[in-house]
Amino acid sequence: MAAEPLLRVEHLCQYFGPVHAVDDVSFSVMPGEVFGLVGESGCGKTTTGRSIIRLYDITDGSIWFKGQRIAAGTLSCRRRIADARRRMRGASPEERTALAAEIAEARRQLREAVRDHRSVSKDLLTRIQMIYQDPIASLDPRMTVYDIIAEGLRIHGERSKETIDGKVYGILDRVGLTREHAHRYPHEFSGGQRQRIGVARAVVMQPEMIIADEPVSALDVSIQAQVINLLSDLRHEMGLTVLFIAHDLSVVKYFSDRIGVMYFGRLVELAGADELFAHPLHPYTRALLSAIPLPDPLYERDRRRIVYQPKPEAEDAALREILPGHFVRCGAAETESYLREAEA
Amino acid sequence: MPNQSPILKATDLTISFRTPSGLVRAVRGVSFSLAPGETLAIVGESGSGKSVTCKAAMGILPGNAVIDGGEILVDGKDLLRLPEREFCKMRGRKIAMVFQDPLSSLNPIMRVGKQLTEVMRLSGVPAAEAKQRALSLLAEVGISEPERRYRQYPFELSGGMRQRIVIAIALAANPDILICDEPTTALDVTIQAQILELLSRLKRDRGLSMIFITHDLGVVANIADRIAVMYAGKIVEEGTAEEVFYAPAHPYTWALLSSMPDLDTRDRLDAIPGTPPNMVAPPKGDAFADRNPYALAIDFEEQPPAFPITETHWAATWLLDPRAPRQQMPAALQERIARMKARREAQSHGR
Repeated sequence: MAAEPLLRVEHLCQYFGPVHAVDDVSFSVMPGEVFGLVGESGCGKTTTGRSIIRLYDITDGSIWFKGQRIAAGTLSCRRRIADARRRMRGASPEERTALAAEIAEARRQLREAVRDHRSVSKDLLTRIQMIYQDPIASLDPRMTVYDIIAEGLRIHGERSKETIDGKVYGILDRVGLTREHAHRYPHEFSGGQRQRIGVARAVVMQPEMIIADEPVSALDVSIQAQVINLLSDLRHEMGLTVLFIAHDLSVVKYFSDRIGVMYFGRLVELAGADELFAHPLHPYTRALLSAIPLPDPLYERDRRRIVYQPKPEAEDAALREILPGHFVRCGAAETESYLREAEA
Repeated sequence: MPNQSPILKATDLTISFRTPSGLVRAVRGVSFSLAPGETLAIVGESGSGKSVTCKAAMGILPGNAVIDGGEILVDGKDLLRLPEREFCKMRGRKIAMVFQDPLSSLNPIMRVGKQLTEVMRLSGVPAAEAKQRALSLLAEVGISEPERRYRQYPFELSGGMRQRIVIAIALAANPDILICDEPTTALDVTIQAQILELLSRLKRDRGLSMIFITHDLGVVANIADRIAVMYAGKIVEEGTAEEVFYAPAHPYTWALLSSMPDLDTRDRLDAIPGTPPNMVAPPKGDAFADRNPYALAIDFEEQPPAFPITETHWAATWLLDPRAPRQQMPAALQERIARMKARREAQSHGR
C-alpha cells in the first residue's frame, strides 16, 4: 500500500492506575478503509476508540491523523529519563556523557510530545467524529434533535441560521428522518431512529473519519440492518474512513476490510476480514470465531467450540507479520510454527 | 415428541396494558404447547410480546396488565386464574425463570448463598441441608470454588458467573419447566457459548422443558427443538428448528433471516423497512403487511389464518392460501440456505 494512512496508532498505551486498559497497540487505517476492532468486554477496544478522539490523555505512544500527531503520551520518555538517572550513579565518566546525552534526547522528545499533544488544532480533531453505542445515553434528553445536530456546527463558529438550517435539514433527510422530526426530543423516537440522530450528529460535521463504537448492538435485528445499510451508504457517498468497534463478529466481518482482534488490552491478531475468518492463527481468535452461533441448526448441533487456554507470552512478544498483511502477536521463536500452520 | 401430552399449553392468550396513550394490545391470541423435555424458542423483536407471554406464565405481569382471555394450562391448572397463594406453590417448584440481565435480577446487598437458599428455606428445608444443596447446585452450574462464591456478593462476580448463579437459583426448587428470557443477550460471545452449553447439559441431565426467548437467530439455531416466530403480539410461524431455518414460509421470517449479516457475503442487507405497528391500534389485517414487499391486497383487510405446511409446521400468511400467487422466498435467502448446506457437507467430509 503506497498511500499514506489516514490514521496511525503507534504503541498506544492507556493506563488507568494499575489497569492497563490498552497496552502497546499499533495499527493504521488507510483512507476509505473500514477497520474493525473486535474483542470481548473489557478488552480495551472502546478505550482505544476514545483515546483516539482524545477523550482521555493517553499514557504512552502516539496517534497520527493526516500526518499530524494529534495525541502523544510521555510515559516511555519519563521512564527513559528515570532509568538513565539511576544508571548515572556509579557510572564511569564516558558512560555519564552518553547517559546525559540520552537524558537530553528523552527530554527533547518529551517536550515535543507535550507540545504536540497540547497544540493540536481543534479543526483537525473535528475531522474525526464518533457514533456511540447507546442511543439513549448519548443524546441529551433536554435538547431537541435540531439542537443536538446543530451543536457541533455552532461550537465551530457557524452563526448563520440559514446555513445551520440547511445543513441540519439536509442531514436529517440523508439519514432517513424528516424535517418534522427536528423539533422533537430524543425520547419521542424509537431506538433505530435515535441511532440515526447519532449518525446525523456525527456526519453533519463533514468528517473524514468516523469512529463507530458498537453502533448497532443495542438495536433489534431488523433495525440493525437498516442502520448498517445507512452507515455503508454514507461511507461510500462521503468517502468516509471508519474505525468500527464491535463485539458482534458477524457485523464486523460484514462491514470491515481489515480486522484487529483485541484481548486484554493487546492486539493479538490483525488481518484482512476474509483472511482472518478463513485462516485465524492466534488461539484466541480461533476460540472467539468458534463461539459464534450460526443460524443453521444442523451445523450448530455438531459445532465444536475451541476453548482458549492463555499461555504465558514470550519475552519478545510483538505483533509479527506471518503472511503478507496477516499479523499475529507472538515471540520470534513462534513465528515458524505459525507460518507452518498458515501454509497447511 | 408431539404425541406426548404437553407439560404446558397456552391457548388463545390475550393480554393488554393500560397506558396513558391507550390500551396496548401486547399479546393477541397466542397459542402454543411445550412437550416434556423439549426446548421451544420464541423469537421476535422488542415489543413483539414474547416476554409478556412468558411473564404471564410466571404470574409476574406488571400491575397495568389486563388479561383479556385465554388460558395457560400446567398440570391441569390454569395459571392465569390461579389465586396468588396457589401460584406460589407452582413458582420455582414447577416453573422457574432466568432473566436477561443477571446484575439486576440478583439482589446486590445479599450474599449469593442467601439468595440461593432462600427458596429452599421458604419450603422448610433445614439451614444446614439447604447450604449443602446450594453448594452442590453451584458445582452443577459450573462454578469453581463454590464455598468461596457462596459467601460473595453479586458485584464480586463476572457477568458469566452471575448468570450461572441466576440459573442455579432458578433450579433451586427442582422445576420441570425453565423459562429463559434472553439469558445470553448481555454476555460476550464466548461466555454466551458457555451458558448455552450449560443450559443444554442441564436440560439433558434434569429432563427440563425449556421456553427460550431471544431475538438472536444464531442462539436459537443452537438451542431450539421447535421455534415460534412472534410479530406484533401474534405467532406468525411455528415449526421445528430445521423447518423454520431451512424452509421458512412467512415473509416476516424471511425478512428476519435475511436481515442478519452473514459471514460469507457482503451483499447489501435486506433490511425490513419501517417500524413495527403501534399496538394501541393494531392493524386490521396482517400486522406485517405494511413492511412486507410480498403483501397481497387481502393482507391489509383480513388476518390470515394458520395454514398448515407439515404436521409440525404452520405459518399465518395469505401467501399459503391456495388462491394466492405462488411466491418463492427471496433469492438471497435461498442462496444463503444453500451455502449453509454446502458448509455442512464440507464439514462432514472434512472429518
